[in-house]
Amino acid sequence: MRSRTTIGRIDIWLFVIYLALMTIGLLSIYAAAFNADHPHIYDFSQNYGKQLVFIGGSLLVGFAILLIDAKFFNAFAYVIYGLSILSLLLVLVVGSKISGSTSWIQFGSFSFQPSEFAKFGTALALAHYLGKLDTDFTKLKTKLIAYGIVLFPMMLVLAQGDAGSAAVFIIFLFVIYREGMGGKILIIGFVAATLFIISLCVSKWYIMIGLAVIYAIFLLMIDRTKKNIWLLTGILIAACAFVFSVDFAFHHVLKPHQQTRINIILGKEHDIRGVGYNLNQSMIAIGSGGFSGKGYLKGTMTKYNFVPEQHTDFIFCTVGEESGFIGCFFLIALYLALMLRIIYLAERQRSAFSRIYGYGIACIFFFHFAINIGMTIGLVPVIGIPLPFLSYGGSSLLMFSMMIFVFLKQDANRMNIL
Amino acid sequence: MIKNKINYSQRKYVIGSIFILVAIILIIKLFIIQIVDDSYKQSSESNTLRYITQYPQRGKIYDRNGKLLVYNDAVYDLMIIPSQAKNIDTASFCKLLNINNETYNTSFNKAKKYSSITPSIFISQITKEEYGRIAEMLYRYPGFYFQTRSIRQYPLPIAAHTLGSIGEVTKPEMEHDAYYKLGDYIGKSGIEKYYEKQLRGKKGIKITVVDVHNREKERYMGGAFDTLPESGDDIILGLDADLQAYGEYLMAGKTGSIVAIEPTTGQILAMVSSPTYDPNELVGRQRGQRYNDLLNNPDKPLINRAISGTYPPGSTFKMINGLVSLQSGVMNANTPYPCNGKNSAPIKCTHSHGSPVRLYDAIENSCNPYFWQAFQAMMNSSRFKSQKDAFQFWYDHVTSFGLGRACESDIPFTVSGNIPKKEFYDKVYRGVWNAMTIRSLSIGQGEILVTPLQLANVAAAIGNEGYFIEPHYIKSFNNPNDSVSFERHVIDIKKQHFKDVKKGMQSVFEGDHGTARWSRIPDITVGGKTGTAENPHGQDHSIFMAFAPVENPQIAISVVVENAGFGSTWAAPIASLMIEKYIRGEITRPNVEKRVLTLNENE
Ligand SMILES: [Zn+2]
Repeated sequence: MRSRTTIGRIDIWLFVIYLALMTIGLLSIYAAAFNADHPHIYDFSQNYGKQLVFIGGSLLVGFAILLIDAKFFNAFAYVIYGLSILSLLLVLVVGSKISGSTSWIQFGSFSFQPSEFAKFGTALALAHYLGKLDTDFTKLKTKLIAYGIVLFPMMLVLAQGDAGSAAVFIIFLFVIYREGMGGKILIIGFVAATLFIISLCVSKWYIMIGLAVIYAIFLLMIDRTKKNIWLLTGILIAACAFVFSVDFAFHHVLKPHQQTRINIILGKEHDIRGVGYNLNQSMIAIGSGGFSGKGYLKGTMTKYNFVPEQHTDFIFCTVGEESGFIGCFFLIALYLALMLRIIYLAERQRSAFSRIYGYGIACIFFFHFAINIGMTIGLVPVIGIPLPFLSYGGSSLLMFSMMIFVFLKQDANRMNIL
Repeated sequence: MIKNKINYSQRKYVIGSIFILVAIILIIKLFIIQIVDDSYKQSSESNTLRYITQYPQRGKIYDRNGKLLVYNDAVYDLMIIPSQAKNIDTASFCKLLNINNETYNTSFNKAKKYSSITPSIFISQITKEEYGRIAEMLYRYPGFYFQTRSIRQYPLPIAAHTLGSIGEVTKPEMEHDAYYKLGDYIGKSGIEKYYEKQLRGKKGIKITVVDVHNREKERYMGGAFDTLPESGDDIILGLDADLQAYGEYLMAGKTGSIVAIEPTTGQILAMVSSPTYDPNELVGRQRGQRYNDLLNNPDKPLINRAISGTYPPGSTFKMINGLVSLQSGVMNANTPYPCNGKNSAPIKCTHSHGSPVRLYDAIENSCNPYFWQAFQAMMNSSRFKSQKDAFQFWYDHVTSFGLGRACESDIPFTVSGNIPKKEFYDKVYRGVWNAMTIRSLSIGQGEILVTPLQLANVAAAIGNEGYFIEPHYIKSFNNPNDSVSFERHVIDIKKQHFKDVKKGMQSVFEGDHGTARWSRIPDITVGGKTGTAENPHGQDHSIFMAFAPVENPQIAISVVVENAGFGSTWAAPIASLMIEKYIRGEITRPNVEKRVLTLNENE
């Protein structure tokens, strides 16, 4: 009886967006990995057939979560976090190497990526810790523990050689920021790091334009007191100076071979067989989609296998090539709707745990979304992380689904919290 | 505290704004590459991109003196992209291509079945002349285009078995290595197969923009995304083309083989398997048909007898038996054994000579009773705990010559021959056997089988006085980054014993009774041994092995002529001609050459 009411009360918008994204994912994987000898989408020997199984499995696990008591995930947050840390330690011992990093645990034919699990565990643990009534943000100890909860799994993932997945944990700074910790310092640090990478990737003049736009937006948002305007202008000048000095250091301090190495890492140089190659091919694929795309299953770039990993990390290429700008726009809007919906729901929670957890998963989705799509269109360096709900793969889909369902459960149960 | 939290909740706008801002940035960038920037744009109605594989030059193959053995020649493949092949006037197209409607449909459906959007070969290996004629009219037929390919050409019609051939990849080969696509060529046999990875090079891609009239307009983005093909590595073989050609000339019309090895390096100088074929036959579009013809030829020219034919080594094997008995310590080169000629028991002597005989005379006269008694002395020696231990001693030393196993080098498909193990006799004789039971081993008969390659290698090992390098084809790559090395095997038999046996083998040529005395070469010392392999199916096989010069061998050789009788009659003179050809570069005994060639006429 109680479970029926829970399922009846889940946020239907969020659930529909989630289903829509998974469907787009399945269709895109079908298009990317299409094999004329196995034309049926339910052919389980093919990746699309397997993805269908993963979707079914994720939904089953999801509904099981809806049946569990809502307090369970708050109460057992540390246990789940601990298990995820254990699995990260385990992978360092028994993990199998897939494309250069030891980040998978193999159970027979099923392989599992503990770093995906760790994101979920960290979101829960952070929400549990910050959500406690007696947590006092002004204390240094509180700050250290909050950072520690994030940094510990991050370091373990880094130790596996999976820098991309480790980078995802940075996004928890947003969550901590939302809960009121050291906003300015965090922002300055974050902006500096971002600017540093961007100024290596993009011409400094583009960055200037970008900074000017951001300056204008902030100018509109804040109280336009004299002090604030001077402060904002000061920040703008400091940022520009920073970009110029990074640019100068890169071109005049580093030796040419060091520059090349960084350029290749950043996917900037024409390293035709390496990182740069994927990026070029991916951009051609997306660019060739034009305004309305080539039509479903009519993409040629992705079919030629010119885009490696096209059904996993580069799945967005298929969308870009076959459905064009319209399709990309719609997909990005759908992701934005997902993230904003989660934030909206998070803000209406009575329990701090639920709110913080909601922010946690919204930020995880955001990071994956921004970095993955940014990578396929040459905005950020090639970092191998999946596009949530779209990329092929069982363990990432299962984890992203669990994140959603735990939140749906919390939200459905919000009235029961006093 | 609660107040604090309410304050912070305003930060949801900051976070939400960041989300929106990033989404806008992504959309702007997408707008740029999908709509604004022409360089990524491709109007799907008027232009299509065509990905043309640029095939690398397959590595060339040279002989040891730099003579070209294999090079490439251009042919053209007519390619099809089925999804683009629309509104084809099949009748006129078939006429242009000189094919019938049925062929067109079969090829079209085959290509479509593979993939309707990736290119497949429609007609392969069109000659330059045909290409010129067809290319002119091809604009009428969208979805079709030409792709340049190279095929193998052989300036000399020799060494077909060694060089091997290339052919279209099969489905299992494609599944095994993703490098290959339908219609690609891959080494199928010989050098082409073994060194496929080095020879093939690396494919490149040329991306061109094609308009509605099926014309290639320009390089896509000025060729920025093209990759250049990388040529394969050239290979220099140990083979001597002149010697190989001469060997094939001598063996023409006969069935059998010649293997010549450079003893110090293990490189194959010549490998003749007769009957053979011209390697140019397995080139081009008719490869499949010609291959079948050769396959069904009753003379089996495709078989490389030099590496896959197995023969009882006959008397040539006595050299090994002699060495093993010497090493066992039961006798020395001066130990005399009696010979009663035809009345000897249990094995008769086939030659007439004095008695008793010592090692040199025994080799010169190929005396069966001597080698039987030497073998028996070893088997019955009290140095071993049992006859079976003695046999194991014999087995270990015999196999250390590379016998009884396949060759571990770049020579593919070698067979192992047979050296019987004691377990074999235990099984056959239910555990009860002794020297007498297995006496035929002492004269190289019985269960022993060797390949001509193994026999030549035995000659090399004896010539080298106790070591050999695993026989192989390659001398070097033209690319200094590639290198190969082959194992050096040392035989556990004293050098002095080899010297004694070599002396005996020299008297096979130089002694008054030497079985090869009719094949002496002026001014070149040769050590050799004749053999006759019993053939239950017909006339015996004529066998010979040799090395020369005796002091410092430059060539070791084995010759097998099937159904030709005694080794001294045919195999020995052929070996002597090969040796003279290699060392002197010319033949001083035209009468011997003439005689050898007469056997062909008898056939
Ligand atoms: Zn005798």
